[in-house]
Amino acid sequence: MSLTKEFIKGIYRENPVLRLMLGLCPVLATSSSVSNAIGMSAATTFVLVCSNFVISLIRKGVPAKIRIPIFIIVIASFVTLVEMVMAGFFPALSKSLGNFISLIVVNCIILGRAEAFASKNTPISSIIDGLGMGAGFAFAMILIASVREILGAGTWLGFPLFGTDFEPIAIFVMSPGAFLTIGFLVAFLNWIEHRRSAS
Amino acid sequence: MDFHTFLVIAVGAIFVSNFVLMRFLGLCPYIGVSKQLDSAVGMGMAVIFVMSMASVVTWTIYTYFLAPTPSNILFKLFMGSQGTPPDLTYLRTITFILVIATLVQLVEMIIQKVSPGLYRSLGIYLPLITTNCAVLGVSLLNIDSEYNFIQALVNGFTSGIGFTLALVLMAGLREKLELARLPKAMQGAPVAFIMAGCMSIAFLGFAGLKF
Repeated sequence: MSLTKEFIKGIYRENPVLRLMLGLCPVLATSSSVSNAIGMSAATTFVLVCSNFVISLIRKGVPAKIRIPIFIIVIASFVTLVEMVMAGFFPALSKSLGNFISLIVVNCIILGRAEAFASKNTPISSIIDGLGMGAGFAFAMILIASVREILGAGTWLGFPLFGTDFEPIAIFVMSPGAFLTIGFLVAFLNWIEHRRSAS
Repeated sequence: MDFHTFLVIAVGAIFVSNFVLMRFLGLCPYIGVSKQLDSAVGMGMAVIFVMSMASVVTWTIYTYFLAPTPSNILFKLFMGSQGTPPDLTYLRTITFILVIATLVQLVEMIIQKVSPGLYRSLGIYLPLITTNCAVLGVSLLNIDSEYNFIQALVNGFTSGIGFTLALVLMAGLREKLELARLPKAMQGAPVAFIMAGCMSIAFLGFAGLKF
């Protein structure tokens, strides 16, 4: 498979969030505003690319039986790095994302890609795979966050979109809105797929 | 140390900020293992056990090895309680996840020995408790809320109950849903999400509950 294909597959066909249903916790928890979504996607993509790279470098030296703990240590190191950088340079973002930065370490997308891809492929294609999956994650995050922020607060990235007499549907920035948004979004994508396979 | 504090923590963890429906922790098993009631109950029990154990162990490690307090064991051992205690709190993510991974391995071995049927029905989700963010989440939450040992244990245990409650309710609903006629695109995960949304609205009713 060529490198471009490697990258593209993560965005739609094997989108980690919308099609594989992985890493849902951070998606639903931090998608109440677009700025949070961008911060979270950037952090996750960084960890994904770095851990994919390191794991594919060491893949031949790792004994099969203890590979999972080793992968987790690699991922946790990068997460700690992100945690410290974010607390130092973006304190506001770090505060609003809270514990979900530390929880990147248990994001199933990252361990999933380490196990399914990086432990079997070359460093270069692992980096591309990480970038593609990260882009897919960011795409899903920003899509969900846009729906929630526009409906729930009447703004996008903090800019007000409607006049003053717009009454936002507050439930969309609260927890039920996250479930409803992703539910309808996945149903919509399924509907498109069914239409496509029928024709 | 009174009963009242425990009640507040318990009601908070089970209802007001339910782990799955309000905090969005542990969604992968929530969507993945909620198709059958039996496996949901089994998974719930495993999670309650792991979360209680993880709360106890991570709290102890944090307080006596990582936190910059005079009671830090490393501080006493290597610096003879002289100077300022070392701040190792940045190591908490990496330490906690290793402890949790080990614990899950232990639980897996116990269940495999005690109940092979349950072991088979839980399938791949048992090792996945390691990457269940609810377990790491509760450990971090105990630290952030500055709970003491007993409070951390109560919080871990009742958060597990909250998770199990949401999971079992969902499994019961999904078993009924098998018989419902749904549009093709809605079947499976989408309708599960929308149901979770409705349950979450119901749980919003507990917000602001005070004693």
